[in-house]
Amino acid sequence: MTDEQNKRGLDRRGALECMAWAGTGLLWTVAGGVPKVSRVLGSTAASAQTSGFTFAQISDSHIGFDKPANPNPASTLEEAIGKVVSAKDKPAFMIHTGDITHLSKPKEFDDAARIIGASKLDVHYVPGEHDVIDEDNGKAYMERYGKNAKGKGWYAFDHQGVHFVGLVNVFDLKAGGMGNLGAEQLAWLEDDLKARTASTPVVVFAHIPLWTVYGEWGWGTDDGVRALDLLKRFGSVTILNGHIHQIFQKVEGNVAFHTARSTAFPQGEPGKAPSAGPMLVPADKLRTVLGVASIVVKQGTQALAITDTPLA
Amino acid sequence: MIIATPRAAFSRALCIALALGFNAAAHAAEVVVTIDNFVFNPPAVTIKPGDTVTWRNADDIPHSIVSTTPGAFRSKALDTDDKFSFTFTTSGAFEYFCGLHPHMKAMITVAP
Repeated sequence: MTDEQNKRGLDRRGALECMAWAGTGLLWTVAGGVPKVSRVLGSTAASAQTSGFTFAQISDSHIGFDKPANPNPASTLEEAIGKVVSAKDKPAFMIHTGDITHLSKPKEFDDAARIIGASKLDVHYVPGEHDVIDEDNGKAYMERYGKNAKGKGWYAFDHQGVHFVGLVNVFDLKAGGMGNLGAEQLAWLEDDLKARTASTPVVVFAHIPLWTVYGEWGWGTDDGVRALDLLKRFGSVTILNGHIHQIFQKVEGNVAFHTARSTAFPQGEPGKAPSAGPMLVPADKLRTVLGVASIVVKQGTQALAITDTPLA
Repeated sequence: MIIATPRAAFSRALCIALALGFNAAAHAAEVVVTIDNFVFNPPAVTIKPGDTVTWRNADDIPHSIVSTTPGAFRSKALDTDDKFSFTFTTSGAFEYFCGLHPHMKAMITVAP
């Protein structure tokens, strides 16, 4: 990218796009609202330096899954937590972008909480569709993680000048549709963002991608574009999702989109695999397609750098 | 040679009645819809009132059966090999979808 393009960052839209499917790690540096790939993972990782902080993202742990694609997702979640704990820049906190459990069973929630709790970090959760399939339509999740949240589990918090918003797009799904935020949540989001200045870096996280990754598999959010409209005036927006069990990255204007790997099992590449189901890979390759993400925020520069680290 | 005693005749009549009865019950058909690779198969089924549809999830991922007709039928989440059955008593076209993966849609048509 040229300096000229960098200067035009605020009105430049959609010129830079990068996707990396499962198996590789890329480090993204976001400067002045225009992220760029700075190096492939494996060389020197980004550092939070003195005035920033790091947070970790894990996703799709699917505790309770026991099929051939990974008969023991508890052990791979433990390894993922190990990666987070041993990171050079200790994360300030962790976010979990949903599908904590496979079937919303109490024991699955208990096991996940025990394993993730070993990190001793504050964890900010949003539910995946697998976390709200108990017979009481999400009661099990809400009793554990939704008590201090609004509506069906959405909330916001601030950390060192960065505004974090956890959105919920797995309730009230409509026939033929994709993820769903709903009018009540969008009204709350509009109100929540109203009080923030455009220079506030915003990080939004939700389970299903907020933009359409692949409509035929429902990999998107029907009213996600309305949330993105509300975020347009901000100079630095980072959207972190899960659900698709592989890395997908896209930059559009000032918005950087990123999906995380699962800690449990990979899913196929859109349009190439027969369905969106678990993808069986050789056992010795499984850990190369699972992983965690680490996000570095450097104060003053509005720079966020996302590093995806595989388990092996 | 069979001797038709009154008792044997009664037994035979009972057998015929039971057989007729079973035949009447068997008239209500059961149709199986298999969920495979995120698809309801077959995607369109036509049945008669009184027939039963049984869904079976053959995927490694849970699915559910949700009617777009409010309150008509809705399963809990079906894990691998779990089944859900519903007997359709009224005629009509019943669209349904998967509550977890709503892009999965299919149709049951009930006609006399």
